[in-house]
Amino acid sequence: MARLRIDKLNKSYGSARVLADIDLSIENGEFVVLVGPSGCGKSTLLRMIAGLDAPTSGDIFIAGRLVNALAPAERKIAMVFQSYALYPHMDVRKNMTFGLKFTGVAPAERDKRVAEAARMLRLEELLARYPRDLSGGQRQRVAIGRAIVREPDVFLFDEPLSNLDAALRVSTRVEIARLHRLLGATMVYVTHDQIEAMTLADRIVVMNQGRIEQIGKPLDLYYTPANLFVAGFIGSPAMNFFPATVERVEAGEARVKGVSIAPLTLPAGSLTRGAQLTIGVRPEHLTSGAPGAFGATGLVELVERLGEASYAHVRRADDKMMVVEIRGRDTPSPGQTVTFAASTEDLHVFDEAGRRA
Amino acid sequence: MLKQRAQSLGVHLILIAYSALALGPILLVVMNSFKARNAIFGAPLAPPNSDTFSLVGYAKVFKASHIGTYFANSLIVTLVSMGLVLLFGAMAAWALTEYKFRGSTALALFLSIGIMVPIRLGSVAILTMMRKSGLNDTLTALILVYVAQGLPLSIFILSEFVQQIPKDLRDAARCDGVPETRIFFEVIAPLLRPAIATVAVFTIVPIWNDLWFPLILTSSDSTHTITLGVQQFLGQYITDWNSVLAALSMAILPVVAIYVIFSRQLISGLTAGAVK
Repeated sequence: MARLRIDKLNKSYGSARVLADIDLSIENGEFVVLVGPSGCGKSTLLRMIAGLDAPTSGDIFIAGRLVNALAPAERKIAMVFQSYALYPHMDVRKNMTFGLKFTGVAPAERDKRVAEAARMLRLEELLARYPRDLSGGQRQRVAIGRAIVREPDVFLFDEPLSNLDAALRVSTRVEIARLHRLLGATMVYVTHDQIEAMTLADRIVVMNQGRIEQIGKPLDLYYTPANLFVAGFIGSPAMNFFPATVERVEAGEARVKGVSIAPLTLPAGSLTRGAQLTIGVRPEHLTSGAPGAFGATGLVELVERLGEASYAHVRRADDKMMVVEIRGRDTPSPGQTVTFAASTEDLHVFDEAGRRA
Repeated sequence: MLKQRAQSLGVHLILIAYSALALGPILLVVMNSFKARNAIFGAPLAPPNSDTFSLVGYAKVFKASHIGTYFANSLIVTLVSMGLVLLFGAMAAWALTEYKFRGSTALALFLSIGIMVPIRLGSVAILTMMRKSGLNDTLTALILVYVAQGLPLSIFILSEFVQQIPKDLRDAARCDGVPETRIFFEVIAPLLRPAIATVAVFTIVPIWNDLWFPLILTSSDSTHTITLGVQQFLGQYITDWNSVLAALSMAILPVVAIYVIFSRQLISGLTAGAVK
C-alpha cells in the first residue's frame, strides 16, 4: 500500500498557480527525491505534505489516512529543514525530546529513543551542548536526530545539505543514504541538486513550473528522459541539443538534416516528413576518433581538465555551444576544428512539443 | 587611519558631553541630598564635606511621611504594568505578525495610532471612566492606564523582533507537535528576551517617573506613588529641599536597579546557532 498518496493537488496564490494537478504515490520504505529548479514548487509540495501550507484543492493520504484537515503533528511526519531550525536555547537532548513531551511519549521512552538516535548519528558526546557550539554538520545531524525520535510514518527533508560545504555535503549525503537503509523509512527529499537526487533516490520526481515532468528511477531518467526539460536537467554537464528537420521518410527510415549536424538516418518510428526535431546527445557520448551515424563539427574554444575527464567547449555551426567529454590525455587544443560523432542508440530525439519521439 | 581615529575621538567627545549633560542634574540631586540646608543654598555645586554632610533630609523623609507606602505603590504599579505590557505586547506582536486574520492590518494600524497620540489627551475621559467604574483612587486605575500607554510602542518594537525570528523554528515546532501557546511561550518568548529587556526599560522609566496620572487618579496617601509623594515637600512658600532631594535620590535607585537587572538580559547573539 502506498505510504503517501497525493491526488490532484493544486496550489494557487491569487492568480499565480504554484502547483498544478500533482499526482504522486510513494511506496512504503521508498526514498523519493523531488528535484527541479528553484521556484518549481517542490518545497511548496513538501510543506503541504507536512501540513505547514494548505492546498487550494486536492487530497493527501499518509498511511491510508486522509490528512488534509490534520495539523502537522497529527500527520506522523517529521521534517528536516535547510536551516536546521534547532531551538537555540535548548541543548541537543532537549532539542530532540521537546516535541515528544507534547505527543504523549513517556519520559523513559523518550530517553531510550534519544539514546538510540544519538548512537545512530554519533551524537552521544554532544547531547549536553547547545546548537551554537556545534558545527554545521553536527547541527544537521541533530536536526535529523530530532526527526528520528518522533518515529514518523514519513520523513521529509527540505534541502538539508544546502548549507553545508562541499566535503560535508558528500559525507552527510552518505549518512542519509545509510540512515534510510537502516531505518527502512519512507523519505521524501527536496533538492535542486541533481547529483543529490541521482545518488539518494529510489525514484526521482522532476518538477518544473508547478508540474511533474517525469517520475522514474535515476538511471531511467538519465537514459530515457521523457522530455527536453528532464533531458536538460538531469546530467552534468547538460545534454547538448541540436535542432533538426525530417527531410523524408521511407522504408522505415527517416532522413534528418540540421544546420549544426551532418545529415543522418534515424529509425522512422512516429516521425513524419517536415517534422521539427531536437536531437540530444550527452557530452560523454560524443567521440572525436571513430566516425558514427551522428556527426557534429565545431571549433574548440576551451578545454576544462578535471583529471578523470576533460570537457571541451565547442562552438558549432549554428553559433551555439556544445560540451564534449574526453577521456584520457589526448585532448584537442583550443582553435582546432573537430568533428565529434555518436552512435544512433545514444541519441535522444524529441518532437516539436519537446516530448520524447 | 588618522582620519578614523579623529572620527572616533569626535564621536566619543559628543557621547561624553551628552553623558555629562544627562548625569549632571542627577549627580547634583544626589550630592545635595547629603548636605545641610545652608550648604545646599550656599554652594549648590560643591560635594558634601565633613562640615556640610547631613542626613537630615533622609531622616525627615522617613519620619514625616508615608514614604514606605509610596515606594511600595510605585513598585507595585510599575512592576505589574511592566509585566502586563510585556506579556500582552509580546503576545500581540506574535499574533499580528504570525496570524493573518480579517482586520489584522487595521488592528496593527489602530495600535500604532497609540504611539502617535499622547495618552494624556484622554485624561478627562480616563478620569470620568475611572470614576464611573469605581476605580478612582486605586492602584488598578493607574496600572490600567499605564498598560494602555505602554502597549502600542512595545507591540511595535517587539513585532520587529518577532519578524527576525526564523520562520523555520515555528514550523519545526509545529511539526514536533508543540501546541501554539507553548510555541509562543517556550520557543518564541525565550528568543525575544533581549527585545523584552529593551522594551522593559523603555516601559518602566516613564511609568516610574510619571506624576500626571497619580495626581489626577489618586487622592489618598495610601495610593500615592513616590513621585507624587515627593510633592508634599514642595510648598508654595517653603520648600523642604533636604527632604525633596533625599526622596528623589531614593526614587532613582529602583529604576537603576531594574535597569541593571535587564541590561544583563540584553544578551545579543542569543539566536546564534538556531539557523545558519
